[in-house]
Amino acid sequence: MQFDSFSDFLAMGGYGFFIWLAYGLTYGLLIGLVGYCFWEMKAFHQSFRQKLARAQRIKQYQETEHP
Amino acid sequence: MFKWLHPLAKPETLYHFCGRLFPWLMLSAVSILLFGNIWGLVFAPPDYQQFDTVRIIYIHVPAALLSMSTYTMMAIAAFIALVWQVKVAQWSVLAIAPIGAVFTAISLLTGMAWGKPMWGTWWEWDARLTSQLILLFLYLGVIALYGAFSDRQTGGKVASLLALIGIVNVPIIHFSVEWWNTLHQGASITKFDSPSVHPSMLWPLLISLLGFYLLMLALVCLRLRTAILEHEQHRPWVRATLGGH
Amino acid sequence: MVMTFLRRELVLLGRQKADWLNPLLFFIIVLTLFPLGVGPEPNQLRIMAPGIVWIAALLSVLLAAERLFRDDYRNGVIEQLVASRQGLMAFVLAKAAANWLSTGLPLVLLSPVVAMLLGVESAAFVAMMLTLLLGTPLLSILSVLGAALTMSADKGGILLALLILPLYIPLLIFASAAIEAASMGLPYSGQLAILVAMLFLALALVPLAVASALRINVS
Repeated sequence: MQFDSFSDFLAMGGYGFFIWLAYGLTYGLLIGLVGYCFWEMKAFHQSFRQKLARAQRIKQYQETEHP
Repeated sequence: MFKWLHPLAKPETLYHFCGRLFPWLMLSAVSILLFGNIWGLVFAPPDYQQFDTVRIIYIHVPAALLSMSTYTMMAIAAFIALVWQVKVAQWSVLAIAPIGAVFTAISLLTGMAWGKPMWGTWWEWDARLTSQLILLFLYLGVIALYGAFSDRQTGGKVASLLALIGIVNVPIIHFSVEWWNTLHQGASITKFDSPSVHPSMLWPLLISLLGFYLLMLALVCLRLRTAILEHEQHRPWVRATLGGH
Repeated sequence: MVMTFLRRELVLLGRQKADWLNPLLFFIIVLTLFPLGVGPEPNQLRIMAPGIVWIAALLSVLLAAERLFRDDYRNGVIEQLVASRQGLMAFVLAKAAANWLSTGLPLVLLSPVVAMLLGVESAAFVAMMLTLLLGTPLLSILSVLGAALTMSADKGGILLALLILPLYIPLLIFASAAIEAASMGLPYSGQLAILVAMLFLALALVPLAVASALRINVS
Protein backbone atom coordinates (compact mmCIF):
# COMPACT_ATOMS: atom_id res chain seq x y z
CA MET A 1 0.00 0.00 0.00
CA GLN A 2 1.60 3.21 -1.17
CA PHE A 3 -0.91 5.68 0.24
CA ASP A 4 -1.70 6.70 3.80
CA SER A 5 -5.29 7.77 3.32
CA PHE A 6 -8.02 7.74 0.71
CA SER A 7 -7.66 11.45 -0.03
CA ASP A 8 -3.96 10.84 -0.52
CA PHE A 9 -4.86 8.15 -3.03
CA LEU A 10 -7.17 10.52 -4.90
CA ALA A 11 -4.57 13.28 -4.99
CA MET A 12 -1.86 10.97 -6.42
CA GLY A 13 0.93 13.24 -5.23
CA GLY A 14 -0.58 16.24 -6.98
CA TYR A 15 -1.08 14.50 -10.32
CA GLY A 16 -4.55 13.21 -9.53
CA PHE A 17 -6.27 15.09 -12.33
CA PHE A 18 -4.12 13.59 -15.10
CA ILE A 19 -4.14 10.07 -13.74
CA TRP A 20 -7.88 9.96 -13.12
CA LEU A 21 -8.46 11.61 -16.49
CA ALA A 22 -6.45 8.86 -18.20
CA TYR A 23 -8.13 6.05 -16.29
CA GLY A 24 -11.57 7.60 -16.69
CA LEU A 25 -11.18 7.97 -20.45
CA THR A 26 -9.82 4.44 -20.78
CA TYR A 27 -12.55 2.79 -18.79
CA GLY A 28 -15.20 4.98 -20.40
CA LEU A 29 -14.08 3.94 -23.86
CA LEU A 30 -13.69 0.28 -22.91
CA ILE A 31 -17.11 0.08 -21.29
CA GLY A 32 -18.58 1.85 -24.30
CA LEU A 33 -16.91 -0.64 -26.64
CA VAL A 34 -18.03 -3.67 -24.65
CA GLY A 35 -21.56 -2.28 -24.42
CA TYR A 36 -21.63 -1.58 -28.14
CA CYS A 37 -20.48 -5.12 -28.97
CA PHE A 38 -23.17 -6.64 -26.74
CA TRP A 39 -25.79 -4.26 -28.13
CA GLU A 40 -24.88 -5.30 -31.69
CA MET A 41 -25.48 -8.95 -30.84
CA LYS A 42 -28.75 -8.18 -29.08
CA ALA A 43 -29.99 -5.98 -31.92
CA PHE A 44 -29.30 -8.71 -34.42
CA HIS A 45 -31.12 -11.30 -32.31
CA GLN A 46 -34.12 -9.00 -32.03
CA SER A 47 -34.36 -8.22 -35.74
CA PHE A 48 -33.83 -11.87 -36.59
CA ARG A 49 -36.63 -12.93 -34.28
CA GLN A 50 -38.92 -10.31 -35.84
CA LYS A 51 -38.10 -11.61 -39.30
CA LEU A 52 -38.82 -15.17 -38.25
CA ALA A 53 -42.11 -14.17 -36.67
CA ARG A 54 -43.13 -12.29 -39.80
CA ALA A 55 -42.26 -15.27 -42.00
CA GLN A 56 -44.34 -17.41 -39.66
CA ARG A 57 -47.30 -15.05 -39.91
CA ILE A 58 -47.13 -14.94 -43.70
CA LYS A 59 -47.04 -18.71 -43.81
CA GLN A 60 -50.04 -19.01 -41.50
CA TYR A 61 -51.99 -16.44 -43.48
CA GLN A 62 -51.35 -18.26 -46.73
CA GLU A 63 -52.38 -21.56 -45.21
CA THR A 64 -55.66 -20.24 -43.82
CA GLU A 65 -56.75 -18.15 -46.81
CA HIS A 66 -55.82 -20.59 -49.56
CA PRO A 67 -56.13 -24.09 -48.25
CA MET B 1 -2.14 -27.68 -36.65
CA PHE B 2 -3.92 -27.21 -39.95
CA LYS B 3 -6.08 -30.21 -39.24
CA TRP B 4 -7.17 -28.49 -36.09
CA LEU B 5 -7.57 -25.06 -37.69
CA HIS B 6 -9.30 -26.09 -40.87
CA PRO B 7 -12.76 -26.85 -39.43
CA LEU B 8 -12.77 -23.34 -37.94
CA ALA B 9 -13.00 -21.88 -41.43
CA LYS B 10 -16.57 -23.18 -41.48
CA PRO B 11 -18.78 -20.38 -40.11
CA GLU B 12 -21.02 -22.65 -38.07
CA THR B 13 -18.12 -24.37 -36.28
CA LEU B 14 -16.40 -21.06 -35.63
CA TYR B 15 -19.62 -19.59 -34.25
CA HIS B 16 -19.96 -22.33 -31.67
CA PHE B 17 -16.22 -22.32 -30.92
CA CYS B 18 -16.26 -18.56 -30.21
CA GLY B 19 -19.42 -19.00 -28.16
CA ARG B 20 -17.74 -21.54 -25.92
CA LEU B 21 -14.60 -19.42 -25.59
CA PHE B 22 -16.28 -16.08 -24.99
CA PRO B 23 -17.53 -16.33 -21.37
CA TRP B 24 -14.15 -17.59 -20.13
CA LEU B 25 -12.26 -14.91 -22.03
CA MET B 26 -14.56 -12.13 -20.84
CA LEU B 27 -14.54 -13.19 -17.19
CA SER B 28 -10.78 -13.68 -17.01
CA ALA B 29 -10.20 -10.45 -18.96
CA VAL B 30 -12.23 -8.31 -16.57
CA SER B 31 -10.79 -9.87 -13.42
CA ILE B 32 -7.17 -9.86 -14.60
CA LEU B 33 -7.43 -6.32 -15.96
CA LEU B 34 -8.92 -5.00 -12.73
CA PHE B 35 -6.36 -6.92 -10.68
CA GLY B 36 -3.43 -5.55 -12.67
CA ASN B 37 -4.73 -2.00 -12.67
CA ILE B 38 -5.52 -1.93 -8.96
CA TRP B 39 -2.08 -3.34 -8.22
CA GLY B 40 -0.62 -0.63 -10.38
CA LEU B 41 -2.75 2.14 -8.91
CA VAL B 42 -2.52 1.26 -5.23
CA PHE B 43 0.42 -1.03 -4.50
CA ALA B 44 3.11 -0.29 -7.09
CA PRO B 45 5.72 2.28 -6.04
CA PRO B 46 5.88 5.72 -7.68
CA ASP B 47 8.74 6.40 -10.07
CA TYR B 48 11.69 8.44 -8.75
CA GLN B 49 11.57 10.75 -11.81
CA GLN B 50 7.95 10.72 -12.88
CA PHE B 51 6.39 10.34 -9.40
CA ASP B 52 2.81 9.12 -9.43
CA THR B 53 2.15 9.91 -13.09
CA VAL B 54 3.95 6.68 -13.91
CA ARG B 55 0.76 4.90 -12.90
CA ILE B 56 -0.66 5.79 -16.30
CA ILE B 57 1.80 3.26 -17.73
CA TYR B 58 -0.50 0.40 -16.65
CA ILE B 59 -3.05 1.42 -19.27
CA HIS B 60 -0.96 3.40 -21.74
CA VAL B 61 1.63 0.76 -22.61
CA PRO B 62 -0.84 -2.17 -22.88
CA ALA B 63 -3.17 -0.10 -25.07
CA ALA B 64 -0.29 0.99 -27.32
CA LEU B 65 1.06 -2.54 -27.68
CA LEU B 66 -2.44 -3.85 -28.28
CA SER B 67 -3.11 -1.27 -30.99
CA MET B 68 -0.18 -2.70 -32.94
CA SER B 69 -0.76 -6.38 -32.29
CA THR B 70 -4.45 -5.98 -33.09
CA TYR B 71 -3.45 -4.42 -36.38
CA THR B 72 -1.07 -7.28 -37.09
CA MET B 73 -3.84 -9.74 -36.33
CA MET B 74 -6.20 -7.88 -38.65
CA ALA B 75 -3.57 -7.85 -41.41
CA ILE B 76 -2.99 -11.59 -41.05
CA ALA B 77 -6.74 -12.16 -41.29
CA ALA B 78 -6.80 -9.91 -44.36
CA PHE B 79 -3.98 -11.90 -45.93
CA ILE B 80 -5.83 -15.17 -45.35
CA ALA B 81 -9.01 -13.62 -46.72
CA LEU B 82 -7.33 -12.42 -49.90
CA VAL B 83 -5.07 -15.36 -50.64
CA TRP B 84 -7.23 -18.35 -49.66
CA GLN B 85 -10.59 -16.59 -50.03
CA VAL B 86 -11.72 -17.63 -46.56
CA LYS B 87 -15.01 -15.89 -45.82
CA VAL B 88 -14.71 -15.86 -42.04
CA ALA B 89 -11.26 -14.29 -42.30
CA GLN B 90 -12.75 -11.42 -44.26
CA TRP B 91 -15.51 -10.93 -41.70
CA SER B 92 -13.01 -10.99 -38.88
CA VAL B 93 -11.08 -8.11 -40.48
CA LEU B 94 -14.16 -5.95 -40.08
CA ALA B 95 -14.84 -7.42 -36.63
CA ILE B 96 -11.35 -6.47 -35.44
CA ALA B 97 -11.09 -2.98 -36.94
CA PRO B 98 -13.30 -0.98 -34.47
CA ILE B 99 -11.72 -2.74 -31.48
CA GLY B 100 -8.24 -1.82 -32.66
CA ALA B 101 -9.39 1.73 -33.32
CA VAL B 102 -10.61 2.08 -29.73
CA PHE B 103 -7.32 0.74 -28.34
CA THR B 104 -5.39 3.18 -30.52
CA ALA B 105 -7.57 6.03 -29.31
CA ILE B 106 -6.98 4.96 -25.69
CA SER B 107 -3.22 4.89 -26.17
CA LEU B 108 -3.30 8.37 -27.70
CA LEU B 109 -5.57 9.87 -25.03
CA THR B 110 -3.69 8.37 -22.09
CA GLY B 111 -0.45 9.46 -23.72
CA MET B 112 -1.78 12.99 -23.87
CA ALA B 113 -2.81 12.89 -20.21
CA TRP B 114 0.69 11.65 -19.36
CA GLY B 115 2.49 14.09 -21.62
CA LYS B 116 0.88 17.17 -20.08
CA PRO B 117 2.44 16.86 -16.60
CA MET B 118 5.72 15.32 -17.82
CA TRP B 119 6.56 17.15 -21.03
CA GLY B 120 4.40 20.18 -20.30
CA THR B 121 2.32 19.73 -23.45
CA TRP B 122 -0.74 17.71 -24.41
CA TRP B 123 0.57 16.91 -27.83
CA GLU B 124 4.01 16.77 -29.35
CA TRP B 125 4.58 16.15 -33.04
CA ASP B 126 7.15 13.49 -32.50
CA ALA B 127 7.57 10.38 -34.54
CA ARG B 128 5.77 7.91 -32.33
CA LEU B 129 2.72 10.06 -31.68
CA THR B 130 2.40 10.90 -35.34
CA SER B 131 2.69 7.32 -36.51
CA GLN B 132 0.20 6.21 -33.86
CA LEU B 133 -2.19 8.83 -35.22
CA ILE B 134 -1.65 7.39 -38.70
CA LEU B 135 -2.52 3.98 -37.31
CA LEU B 136 -5.81 5.38 -36.01
CA PHE B 137 -6.54 6.85 -39.44
CA LEU B 138 -5.77 3.49 -41.04
CA TYR B 139 -8.25 1.74 -38.78
CA LEU B 140 -10.87 4.38 -39.55
CA GLY B 141 -10.02 4.09 -43.26
CA VAL B 142 -10.65 0.34 -43.20
CA ILE B 143 -14.04 0.87 -41.53
CA ALA B 144 -15.02 3.75 -43.83
CA LEU B 145 -13.90 1.93 -46.97
CA TYR B 146 -16.06 -1.06 -46.08
CA GLY B 147 -18.99 1.25 -45.48
CA ALA B 148 -18.63 2.95 -48.86
CA PHE B 149 -19.55 -0.12 -50.89
CA SER B 150 -23.14 -1.21 -51.28
CA ASP B 151 -21.91 -4.69 -52.16
CA ARG B 152 -20.63 -6.14 -48.91
CA GLN B 153 -18.51 -8.78 -50.60
CA THR B 154 -16.51 -6.22 -52.62
CA GLY B 155 -16.33 -3.86 -49.65
CA GLY B 156 -14.90 -6.57 -47.43
CA LYS B 157 -12.27 -7.51 -49.97
CA VAL B 158 -11.17 -3.94 -50.62
CA ALA B 159 -11.04 -3.19 -46.89
CA SER B 160 -8.91 -6.32 -46.41
CA LEU B 161 -6.55 -5.09 -49.09
CA LEU B 162 -6.20 -1.72 -47.35
CA ALA B 163 -5.59 -3.46 -44.01
CA LEU B 164 -2.84 -5.48 -45.63
CA ILE B 165 -1.22 -2.42 -47.22
CA GLY B 166 -1.28 -0.54 -43.93
CA ILE B 167 0.88 -3.16 -42.22
CA VAL B 168 3.96 -1.23 -43.40
CA ASN B 169 3.12 1.30 -40.70
CA VAL B 170 3.50 -1.15 -37.81
CA PRO B 171 7.31 -1.54 -37.96
CA ILE B 172 7.55 2.22 -38.50
CA ILE B 173 5.74 2.82 -35.20
CA HIS B 174 7.73 0.19 -33.39
CA PHE B 175 11.12 1.50 -34.42
CA SER B 176 10.22 5.17 -34.56
CA VAL B 177 11.58 5.71 -31.06
CA GLU B 178 14.94 4.34 -32.07
CA TRP B 179 15.10 5.97 -35.50
CA TRP B 180 14.15 9.42 -34.40
CA ASN B 181 15.57 10.52 -31.12
CA THR B 182 12.62 12.41 -29.77
CA LEU B 183 10.74 13.12 -26.56
CA HIS B 184 9.04 9.77 -26.32
CA GLN B 185 11.01 7.27 -24.28
CA GLY B 186 12.12 3.94 -25.68
CA ALA B 187 10.37 0.61 -25.36
CA SER B 188 10.48 -0.52 -21.76
CA ILE B 189 9.19 -4.08 -21.62
CA THR B 190 10.08 -5.56 -24.99
CA LYS B 191 13.70 -5.87 -23.94
CA PHE B 192 13.20 -8.99 -21.87
CA ASP B 193 16.85 -9.80 -21.32
CA SER B 194 17.45 -6.58 -19.43
CA PRO B 195 14.13 -4.93 -18.58
CA SER B 196 14.52 -1.26 -17.78
CA VAL B 197 11.53 -1.41 -15.43
CA HIS B 198 11.83 -2.54 -11.84
CA PRO B 199 10.03 -5.86 -11.06
CA SER B 200 7.69 -4.10 -8.63
CA MET B 201 6.31 -2.15 -11.60
CA LEU B 202 6.92 -4.77 -14.30
CA TRP B 203 4.55 -7.35 -12.77
CA PRO B 204 1.42 -5.18 -12.60
CA LEU B 205 2.29 -3.96 -16.10
CA LEU B 206 2.50 -7.49 -17.51
CA ILE B 207 -0.72 -8.48 -15.74
CA SER B 208 -2.53 -5.44 -17.15
CA LEU B 209 -1.16 -6.31 -20.56
CA LEU B 210 -2.53 -9.84 -20.27
CA GLY B 211 -5.89 -8.41 -19.21
CA PHE B 212 -5.99 -6.13 -22.26
CA TYR B 213 -5.08 -9.03 -24.55
CA LEU B 214 -7.83 -11.23 -23.13
CA LEU B 215 -10.34 -8.39 -23.42
CA MET B 216 -9.38 -7.87 -27.06
CA LEU B 217 -9.78 -11.58 -27.83
CA ALA B 218 -13.11 -11.71 -26.01
CA LEU B 219 -14.48 -8.75 -27.96
CA VAL B 220 -13.21 -10.17 -31.25
CA CYS B 221 -15.04 -13.41 -30.42
CA LEU B 222 -18.24 -11.53 -29.69
CA ARG B 223 -18.13 -9.33 -32.79
CA LEU B 224 -17.15 -12.25 -34.99
CA ARG B 225 -20.16 -14.18 -33.74
CA THR B 226 -22.44 -11.27 -34.62
CA ALA B 227 -20.81 -10.95 -38.04
CA ILE B 228 -21.19 -14.66 -38.75
CA LEU B 229 -24.87 -14.55 -37.85
CA GLU B 230 -25.47 -11.48 -39.98
CA HIS B 231 -23.80 -12.94 -43.06
CA GLU B 232 -25.28 -16.40 -42.64
CA GLN B 233 -28.79 -15.46 -41.50
CA HIS B 234 -30.46 -17.21 -44.42
CA ARG B 235 -28.74 -20.50 -43.74
CA PRO B 236 -30.74 -23.25 -42.03
CA TRP B 237 -28.24 -23.70 -39.21
CA VAL B 238 -28.78 -20.13 -37.97
CA ARG B 239 -32.51 -20.71 -37.87
CA ALA B 240 -31.93 -23.99 -36.05
CA THR B 241 -29.66 -22.37 -33.43
CA LEU B 242 -31.59 -19.17 -32.85
CA GLY B 243 -35.14 -20.12 -33.76
CA GLY B 244 -35.48 -23.06 -31.44
CA HIS B 245 -36.21 -21.18 -28.25
CA MET C 1 2.88 -2.27 -73.84
CA VAL C 2 3.53 0.41 -71.24
CA MET C 3 4.32 2.93 -73.98
CA THR C 4 1.06 2.18 -75.79
CA PHE C 5 -0.94 2.72 -72.64
CA LEU C 6 1.07 5.82 -71.78
CA ARG C 7 0.40 7.31 -75.20
CA ARG C 8 -3.30 6.59 -74.79
CA GLU C 9 -3.34 8.24 -71.36
CA LEU C 10 -1.53 11.31 -72.65
CA VAL C 11 -3.88 11.65 -75.60
CA LEU C 12 -6.84 11.42 -73.24
CA LEU C 13 -5.30 14.03 -70.94
CA GLY C 14 -4.68 16.24 -73.95
CA ARG C 15 -8.39 16.10 -74.74
CA GLN C 16 -9.58 16.69 -71.21
CA LYS C 17 -7.47 19.63 -70.18
CA ALA C 18 -9.49 20.35 -67.07
CA ASP C 19 -8.29 17.09 -65.52
CA TRP C 20 -4.74 18.30 -65.13
CA LEU C 21 -5.12 22.08 -65.36
CA ASN C 22 -7.51 22.32 -62.42
CA PRO C 23 -5.11 20.75 -59.89
CA LEU C 24 -2.38 23.12 -61.06
CA LEU C 25 -4.63 26.13 -60.66
CA PHE C 26 -5.65 24.79 -57.27
CA PHE C 27 -1.96 24.54 -56.30
CA ILE C 28 -1.38 28.19 -57.16
CA ILE C 29 -4.55 29.36 -55.44
CA VAL C 30 -3.72 27.52 -52.22
CA LEU C 31 -0.26 29.08 -52.29
CA THR C 32 -1.69 32.58 -52.70
CA LEU C 33 -4.13 31.99 -49.86
CA PHE C 34 -1.41 31.09 -47.38
CA PRO C 35 0.27 34.52 -47.18
CA LEU C 36 -3.18 36.07 -46.83
CA GLY C 37 -3.99 33.70 -44.00
CA VAL C 38 -0.75 33.81 -42.02
CA GLY C 39 0.17 37.39 -42.79
CA PRO C 40 2.70 38.76 -45.27
CA GLU C 41 5.66 38.84 -42.84
CA PRO C 42 8.62 37.86 -45.13
CA ASN C 43 10.68 36.08 -42.46
CA GLN C 44 7.77 34.00 -41.29
CA LEU C 45 6.84 33.11 -44.87
CA ARG C 46 10.40 32.12 -45.69
CA ILE C 47 10.43 29.65 -42.79
CA MET C 48 7.06 28.21 -43.62
CA ALA C 49 7.41 28.19 -47.41
CA PRO C 50 8.69 24.61 -47.94
CA GLY C 51 5.94 23.20 -45.76
CA ILE C 52 3.33 25.29 -47.54
CA VAL C 53 4.55 24.14 -50.94
CA TRP C 54 4.45 20.51 -49.85
CA ILE C 55 0.96 20.72 -48.39
CA ALA C 56 -0.33 22.45 -51.51
CA ALA C 57 1.31 19.74 -53.64
CA LEU C 58 -0.32 16.98 -51.57
CA LEU C 59 -3.74 18.54 -51.88
CA SER C 60 -3.53 19.17 -55.60
CA VAL C 61 -2.34 15.61 -56.30
CA LEU C 62 -5.25 14.42 -54.20
CA LEU C 63 -7.60 16.53 -56.29
CA ALA C 64 -6.31 14.92 -59.47
CA ALA C 65 -6.54 11.42 -57.99
CA GLU C 66 -10.30 11.29 -57.77
CA ARG C 67 -10.91 11.02 -61.50
CA LEU C 68 -8.02 8.64 -62.26
CA PHE C 69 -10.00 5.45 -62.87
CA ARG C 70 -13.56 6.81 -62.91
CA ASP C 71 -13.98 7.10 -66.70
CA ASP C 72 -12.13 3.89 -67.52
CA TYR C 73 -14.29 2.06 -65.02
CA ARG C 74 -17.53 3.43 -66.46
CA ASN C 75 -16.45 2.72 -70.06
CA GLY C 76 -15.65 -0.87 -69.18
CA VAL C 77 -11.98 -0.50 -70.13
CA ILE C 78 -10.82 -1.91 -66.83
CA GLU C 79 -13.25 -4.79 -67.04
CA GLN C 80 -11.83 -5.67 -70.44
CA LEU C 81 -8.28 -5.52 -69.11
CA VAL C 82 -9.10 -7.72 -66.13
CA ALA C 83 -10.97 -10.19 -68.32
CA SER C 84 -8.16 -10.41 -70.88
CA ARG C 85 -5.73 -11.32 -68.09
CA GLN C 86 -2.84 -9.36 -69.55
CA GLY C 87 -1.56 -5.83 -69.62
CA LEU C 88 -3.09 -4.88 -66.30
CA MET C 89 0.29 -4.18 -64.73
CA ALA C 90 1.40 -2.16 -67.73
CA PHE C 91 -1.83 -0.20 -67.52
CA VAL C 92 -1.24 0.57 -63.85
CA LEU C 93 2.32 1.72 -64.48
CA ALA C 94 1.19 3.87 -67.40
CA LYS C 95 -1.54 5.41 -65.22
CA ALA C 96 0.99 6.32 -62.53
CA ALA C 97 3.45 7.70 -65.09
CA ALA C 98 0.78 9.77 -66.84
CA ASN C 99 -0.47 11.06 -63.51
CA TRP C 100 3.04 12.15 -62.56
CA LEU C 101 3.67 13.76 -65.95
CA SER C 102 0.40 15.69 -65.75
CA THR C 103 0.41 16.79 -62.10
CA GLY C 104 3.76 16.02 -60.45
CA LEU C 105 6.09 17.36 -63.09
CA PRO C 106 4.24 20.68 -63.56
CA LEU C 107 4.40 21.17 -59.79
CA VAL C 108 8.16 20.65 -59.84
CA LEU C 109 8.47 23.07 -62.74
CA LEU C 110 6.28 25.63 -61.02
CA SER C 111 8.14 25.45 -57.73
CA PRO C 112 10.94 27.92 -58.72
CA VAL C 113 8.33 30.60 -59.31
CA VAL C 114 6.63 29.75 -56.04
CA ALA C 115 9.93 29.77 -54.15
CA MET C 116 10.65 33.21 -55.57
CA LEU C 117 7.22 34.50 -54.51
CA LEU C 118 7.68 33.20 -50.98
CA GLY C 119 11.32 34.29 -50.73
CA VAL C 120 12.97 30.91 -50.07
CA GLU C 121 16.76 30.90 -49.67
CA SER C 122 18.83 29.15 -52.31
CA ALA C 123 20.01 26.24 -50.10
CA ALA C 124 16.49 25.39 -48.99
CA PHE C 125 15.31 25.96 -52.54
CA VAL C 126 17.61 23.25 -53.96
CA ALA C 127 16.45 20.85 -51.26
CA MET C 128 12.82 21.70 -52.00
CA MET C 129 13.29 20.99 -55.71
CA LEU C 130 15.05 17.69 -54.98
CA THR C 131 12.43 16.49 -52.51
CA LEU C 132 9.63 17.47 -54.89
CA LEU C 133 11.38 15.67 -57.73
CA LEU C 134 11.70 12.49 -55.65
CA GLY C 135 8.46 12.85 -53.73
CA THR C 136 5.90 13.65 -56.41
CA PRO C 137 6.31 10.27 -58.19
CA LEU C 138 5.60 8.63 -54.84
CA LEU C 139 2.52 10.85 -54.46
CA SER C 140 1.32 9.75 -57.88
CA ILE C 141 1.82 6.06 -57.12
CA LEU C 142 -0.03 6.32 -53.83
CA SER C 143 -2.90 8.28 -55.34
CA VAL C 144 -3.25 5.60 -58.02
CA LEU C 145 -3.56 3.13 -55.15
CA GLY C 146 -6.24 5.18 -53.41
CA ALA C 147 -8.16 5.69 -56.63
CA ALA C 148 -8.05 1.96 -57.37
CA LEU C 149 -9.33 1.06 -53.90
CA THR C 150 -12.30 3.43 -54.10
CA MET C 151 -13.02 2.92 -57.80
CA SER C 152 -16.42 1.28 -57.51
CA ALA C 153 -17.32 2.82 -54.14
CA ASP C 154 -20.59 4.70 -54.01
CA LYS C 155 -19.18 7.71 -52.20
CA GLY C 156 -15.61 8.26 -53.34
CA GLY C 157 -14.56 11.87 -52.72
CA ILE C 158 -13.78 12.41 -49.08
CA LEU C 159 -13.04 8.71 -48.54
CA LEU C 160 -10.10 8.92 -50.92
CA ALA C 161 -8.58 11.67 -48.79
CA LEU C 162 -9.06 9.63 -45.62
CA LEU C 163 -7.29 6.68 -47.21
CA ILE C 164 -4.27 8.25 -48.84
CA LEU C 165 -3.45 11.23 -46.66
CA PRO C 166 -2.19 8.93 -43.84
CA LEU C 167 0.04 7.17 -46.35
CA TYR C 168 1.43 10.55 -47.45
CA ILE C 169 2.51 11.48 -43.92
CA PRO C 170 5.89 9.65 -43.78
CA LEU C 171 6.81 11.25 -47.09
CA LEU C 172 5.85 14.67 -45.79
CA ILE C 173 7.89 14.15 -42.61
CA PHE C 174 11.09 13.23 -44.44
CA ALA C 175 10.69 15.86 -47.14
CA SER C 176 10.24 18.66 -44.64
CA ALA C 177 13.09 17.29 -42.51
CA ALA C 178 15.38 17.44 -45.56
CA ILE C 179 14.35 21.02 -46.33
CA GLU C 180 14.79 22.08 -42.72
CA ALA C 181 18.27 20.50 -42.57
CA ALA C 182 19.19 22.28 -45.81
CA SER C 183 18.04 25.65 -44.53
CA MET C 184 20.27 25.22 -41.48
CA GLY C 185 23.24 24.29 -43.67
CA LEU C 186 23.32 20.66 -42.58
CA PRO C 187 23.77 17.69 -44.94
CA TYR C 188 20.46 16.16 -45.97
CA SER C 189 21.51 13.27 -48.20
CA GLY C 190 20.21 10.82 -45.56
CA GLN C 191 16.62 12.08 -45.83
CA LEU C 192 16.88 12.06 -49.63
CA ALA C 193 18.11 8.46 -49.51
CA ILE C 194 15.07 7.51 -47.41
CA LEU C 195 12.81 9.24 -49.95
CA VAL C 196 14.45 7.24 -52.75
CA ALA C 197 14.06 4.05 -50.72
CA MET C 198 10.36 4.75 -50.14
CA LEU C 199 9.92 5.48 -53.84
CA PHE C 200 11.49 2.19 -54.93
CA LEU C 201 9.61 0.22 -52.29
CA ALA C 202 6.35 1.75 -53.49
CA LEU C 203 7.28 1.12 -57.14
CA ALA C 204 7.89 -2.52 -56.37
CA LEU C 205 4.84 -3.24 -54.22
CA VAL C 206 2.06 -0.76 -54.99
CA PRO C 207 1.39 -1.85 -58.62
CA LEU C 208 0.66 -5.36 -57.32
CA ALA C 209 -1.81 -3.97 -54.78
CA VAL C 210 -3.39 -1.71 -57.42
CA ALA C 211 -3.81 -4.60 -59.84
CA SER C 212 -5.54 -6.74 -57.22
CA ALA C 213 -7.69 -3.79 -56.12
CA LEU C 214 -8.84 -3.33 -59.73
CA ARG C 215 -9.63 -7.03 -59.99
CA ILE C 216 -11.68 -6.94 -56.79
CA ASN C 217 -13.55 -3.83 -57.88
CA VAL C 218 -14.78 -5.21 -61.19
CA SER C 219 -15.58 -8.74 -60.01
